[in-house]
Amino acid sequence: MELTQEQEQAQGEFKAFVNEHVVPYADTFDREQKIPEELIALIAQKGFFGLIVPKDYGGMAADMITYGLLCEEMGCGSASLLSLLTVHGMVIQAIMRWGSSVLKERWLRKLAAGEIIGAFALTEPNVGSDAKSVETVAVKKDSGFVLTGKKKWTSFGQRADLFMIIAQCEGKPTAFLLEKGTPGFTVTPITDTFGFRAAMMAELTMDNCLITEENMVGRIGFGVTHVATHALDYGRYTVGWGCVGLARACLEASLKYTAQRVQFGTYLRKHQLIQHMITDMIASVTAARLLCLNAGHLKDAGDHRTIMETAIAKYFASTMVVKTALDAVQIHGANGISSDYPVARYLRDAKVMEIIEGSSQMQQIIIARYGYQEYL
Amino acid sequence: MTPEEIKTKVRAFLLKYIKKPDLQDDEDYFASKLINSLFAMQLVMFVEKEFKVKVEDKDLDIKNFNSIDSISSLVTRKLGC
Repeated sequence: MELTQEQEQAQGEFKAFVNEHVVPYADTFDREQKIPEELIALIAQKGFFGLIVPKDYGGMAADMITYGLLCEEMGCGSASLLSLLTVHGMVIQAIMRWGSSVLKERWLRKLAAGEIIGAFALTEPNVGSDAKSVETVAVKKDSGFVLTGKKKWTSFGQRADLFMIIAQCEGKPTAFLLEKGTPGFTVTPITDTFGFRAAMMAELTMDNCLITEENMVGRIGFGVTHVATHALDYGRYTVGWGCVGLARACLEASLKYTAQRVQFGTYLRKHQLIQHMITDMIASVTAARLLCLNAGHLKDAGDHRTIMETAIAKYFASTMVVKTALDAVQIHGANGISSDYPVARYLRDAKVMEIIEGSSQMQQIIIARYGYQEYL
Repeated sequence: MTPEEIKTKVRAFLLKYIKKPDLQDDEDYFASKLINSLFAMQLVMFVEKEFKVKVEDKDLDIKNFNSIDSISSLVTRKLGC
């Protein structure tokens, strides 16, 4: 699958941006558990937050392949930073797809410009994969809805201005938008996680937070089946591409290291067992990229098969990136577990990829079921 | 496109996902839990691409999606046929 000239040009721009503004500082972000405001402002200035938002709302109306290429480069530089694009984009996607015209007018321009940051809050202390069982409650009042409950592991929850909250309304999962600063809403940072340490995760507490009626996204009862499913499909797409980027970073670090390190009188690259691992890395990255490209082409075509193909791409890419990162650490030996090389961070971040936006086990259930529909 | 042609296409799509050859036109397949959690959005995308219509937030009513008849009615209304 070849890229168009425009896509190749965009890819070059993304790569240059990440090499200049992300790669040299990613370990510092990880140590300080924070993405600097200056970098967020730079991303906004480049228009990356609104890359696939229609021009009517101030976006750049790029195609999904181009967006995937951005996610690959971000994933190569910093998986934590990739997750900013993921969650911010999930809110944008949910509003674009199912938001009322009022919500689109109110939020899309600001989100596309990066004036505000969005975060997607589905997971709770007691609810992960079983999304329909969220315990956060939304009660209808004359003046709107009152939200009460807790969300956990919300990426960029510490930084976000606008939260998409999935809550039970009349006993049915429903999506709402909640602004930072709403009375009764508190954000508690989560720190010292295994990976995604700069993803500024937070636990959110809603204590009788009153929001207006128009902040409901979609309709009562459609919060998971339509709103979250659509947002998560997009999220999985960005994660799949991010895994390709992260695996590429593992590969590039390993190529560099094995070309310089000498053992038994010869470079590591000359050892066949090293070549075995390098070969697996190259084949894996190539295969994952093709799956992501396939999912992206189907998205651009509006083809419903993209939903399953995206799940397959995310599943494959996230499992392969863990194996790739493990091999990268192995190749680096003791250096691989030190902070002198980035591969330890790559491994910690890679593991998170198997958990977010649908765990590998959830993907296995969905993909296996799909197999019986498609091939039987 | 006639309403019957719409119904034929909808039925063909649904039968790929719902392995129930005797699925009735008015049968509520959501209620009978014959589909998975991703199906709802796959159905929306199918409707939009196949019939070149836009499914909007105001269309989010289970009665628009839960049977061959209901989906066909939604498409028919949107196409004005």
